[in-house]
Amino acid sequence: MSVNASLQSSGFTHELGAHNRRTRLVTRLAMLLDPLFFLLTLACAASIVAITVLLVHQLYVHSVESRNALGWNFLIGQNWDPVAGDFGALPFIFGTIVTSIIALLIAAPLGIATAVFLAEMAPPRLSRLMAFLIDLLAAVPSVIYGLLGIFLLAPFLTKVVVPPLQKALGFLPIFSGPFYGVSLFTACIVLAVMVVPFIVSISREVLLSVPRDQREASFALAATHWETVWRVVLPQARRGIYASVFLALARALGETMAVTMVIGNTPQIAKSLFAPGYTIAAVVANEFTEATGDLYLSALIELGLVLFVVTIVINGLSRLLIHATTGGHDHHG
Amino acid sequence: MARLALRKSVNAVMFSLTFLCTVACLGVLFFILGYLFWNGGRDLNWNFFTKLPAPVGESGGGMANAIVGSGKLLLIASAIGLPIGILGGIYLAEYRGKTFPFIVRYATDLLNGVPSIIIGIFAYTLIVLKVKHFSAWAGGFALGIMMIPIALRSTEEFLRQVPSSLREASLALGATQWQMILTAVVPAALRGIVAGIMLDLARVAGETAPLLFTSFGNRFWSEGFDKPTASLPVMIFTYAIGPYEDWHRQAWAAAFVLLAMVFFFNLAARGVMSWRRAQT
Amino acid sequence: MQITVPHRMSQKSQIQTVIPTSRKRQMDTRATNGTRERAIIRSQNFSLYYGSKVGVKNITMDIYPNSVTAIIGPSGCGKSTFLRSINRMNDLIPHVHHEGRLEVAGQDVYDKRTNLVNLRQEVGMVFQKPNPFPKSIFDNVAYAPSLQGIRNKGELQHIVEQSLRAAALWDEVKDDLRKSALALSGGQQQRLCIARALATKPRVLLMDEPCSALDPIATGRIEDLMGQLESSYTIVIVTHNMQQAARVSDRAAFFCLGALIEYDLTSKIFSNPSKKETEDYVTGRFG
Repeated sequence: MSVNASLQSSGFTHELGAHNRRTRLVTRLAMLLDPLFFLLTLACAASIVAITVLLVHQLYVHSVESRNALGWNFLIGQNWDPVAGDFGALPFIFGTIVTSIIALLIAAPLGIATAVFLAEMAPPRLSRLMAFLIDLLAAVPSVIYGLLGIFLLAPFLTKVVVPPLQKALGFLPIFSGPFYGVSLFTACIVLAVMVVPFIVSISREVLLSVPRDQREASFALAATHWETVWRVVLPQARRGIYASVFLALARALGETMAVTMVIGNTPQIAKSLFAPGYTIAAVVANEFTEATGDLYLSALIELGLVLFVVTIVINGLSRLLIHATTGGHDHHG
Repeated sequence: MARLALRKSVNAVMFSLTFLCTVACLGVLFFILGYLFWNGGRDLNWNFFTKLPAPVGESGGGMANAIVGSGKLLLIASAIGLPIGILGGIYLAEYRGKTFPFIVRYATDLLNGVPSIIIGIFAYTLIVLKVKHFSAWAGGFALGIMMIPIALRSTEEFLRQVPSSLREASLALGATQWQMILTAVVPAALRGIVAGIMLDLARVAGETAPLLFTSFGNRFWSEGFDKPTASLPVMIFTYAIGPYEDWHRQAWAAAFVLLAMVFFFNLAARGVMSWRRAQT
Repeated sequence: MQITVPHRMSQKSQIQTVIPTSRKRQMDTRATNGTRERAIIRSQNFSLYYGSKVGVKNITMDIYPNSVTAIIGPSGCGKSTFLRSINRMNDLIPHVHHEGRLEVAGQDVYDKRTNLVNLRQEVGMVFQKPNPFPKSIFDNVAYAPSLQGIRNKGELQHIVEQSLRAAALWDEVKDDLRKSALALSGGQQQRLCIARALATKPRVLLMDEPCSALDPIATGRIEDLMGQLESSYTIVIVTHNMQQAARVSDRAAFFCLGALIEYDLTSKIFSNPSKKETEDYVTGRFG
């Protein structure tokens, strides 16, 4: 190809690189599609925002009846009696908060300890393998945890765990009263088991992200391994670990199936953990399809709105914490 | 000297404790798996996969309609969730911007954190209330919304990992931006995106709560997508809380199948990630 | 690579002998013809800014067809910036703007009517670190033609073979074009990138330090390749390796701190430069 010859041809304005008509057309078509593709991706991204806004909107709009009829008393009302038209959310708020917090009180130490072992003690390959297995725990569907809860955990607690507990600590109000398998206590345990893998997974990553030279500095100062972990590594990983706990809390609050299968589904505020209870998610799951009348449905949706707000706040806090610790690097899940 | 001995023993004790905790966690996993596979596997038979549920109170029957129903729901969910999530991920990774991408990411994180039952309420108010009946569309829609955040985040993450030298090479060869994205960047990130899709499916396949009042359930076949549709997770729930021994056995069998499916997707996702790494 | 010889005189003669004599003769005759040829790349007071930072300032030079032009200078002096302006790869950087005029074959590259895709088909680029796509060898070379709409298998195969031959890679890979490009050695990957760029049948080939990531043997092969390609293409190469510049190029441009200090025949730049800064650079006093 003689460059001189092609230089003689007309200036390139639209002829640059166009060796033949077909490539010219193809090129022009391709360039036309550019803004279209951009708009397509933009539209998809925008639709996510739209869906989220619509979600909030729907929750708000469809709870208007009960909000107007009951006002703020909804949140502090202790009676849930749909037949009588009495809708008080407090038993569910109580159940949700109590089960989640106790579940976390169990799961957090367990999870963090496991994460410490996996990050500090276990050889890397073993650590990765174990972390993978624990991630599998996180993948188990909620309804299966519920199944195990009903048929395994509840009988186990009834026969093996609760009697000694009642004997030893039965004088405490929280361990008073009879135990029939389904109860707040059972729900707490199930939730704890469900939530541990999240704490382990995130905490382990956070611990691993603490720079090696910090540990080395501590060892060089003749600290034992545990002292290094306790005084140097954990403090630096503190915020990320808190974040993982918050995230786990958010999950526990919204957990539906496993809870509704083991909690006893009784809208009451009991002082004993052995008594049955109810959570927001559980009552919505159970009574939604049987809600007669608009006020009933509206009350359930308002419960959903409450749960939504609480979850968002806690998730938001945890994201802030994660961002502050690991330099904005987000984790999976 | 005594102090050192004390510190050393504290070291040993604390790490033993952490080891015990780890064993406990893993023990739970193995126990769950073992019990499930033993208990569920016992009652798995051909009937389970081919027969409809028997009339209430009678034994026998299977969950063929639930398996197919779950398949339908996942199909609709994928058709809604994957395109929006993946294309949204492409937008965030490949195009510049400050406020709007921030809003998109925030909305995605928000959506990801919403309890699934509330997504169910959303689908209910949008679809079931309007058409006055339960349907696979409504259930699939709810699951689809749950699929969006995961698909978007994993797509964006893997696209960002593609080195900019690849983009430069593509542009320097005369590719337009969309050509660069679709012919050079996405293929390079494909493994991760596919793994993300599988994890997405695994997560959503086991969801029960949003289906309770959207696709609801069905003891028979549901023709098309516009009728109440049975699904594995909902069947497990219904049978587990039911009074019949036979139902309980079937619930275990269904749990086995469901868990096997979820684990399969999970393991396949990891397999996709590490496969063929030796070649490149 | 620093040429560290203490004495100035022997320094000059050392560089002189590196230039093969046959090439010197060829370049000298072209020197007299050069003024009659139309430049294929013309830069007229071209400047490029990143926001307020200067990339290059007031570059005026003509690059002639079927030649190898080397752009040399210390790091950060704007060599790559100028090179990447020719095929507008700098557009990828935010807040970039330019002044002056940069023409390829008479067409203002920064004109609004210039079709970027076509420009890049005419002006190919090879990068510092080989960046083949994680696809097969065939798919790498066929990438650009297939974007241009060439779907015919036979035609694509022909283009791929042509390009691989032109890049002196055909014999090494012809047995298995389906092999992954990433399985090739560094030098082979870079030649693959050259083949890939040649597949669009460009008139100009821009090379941004193409050998800096390669071992000396691979480097040598690519330098030989440049000599072969010269007859059909115009090559502009940015290099920080002065010996390489002296070996392969007909003309050399010395950039410093974003400005073009001197642009002349390679023989002159290295043996008898006009500007002191040029002399200081080529004798190793700085940079």
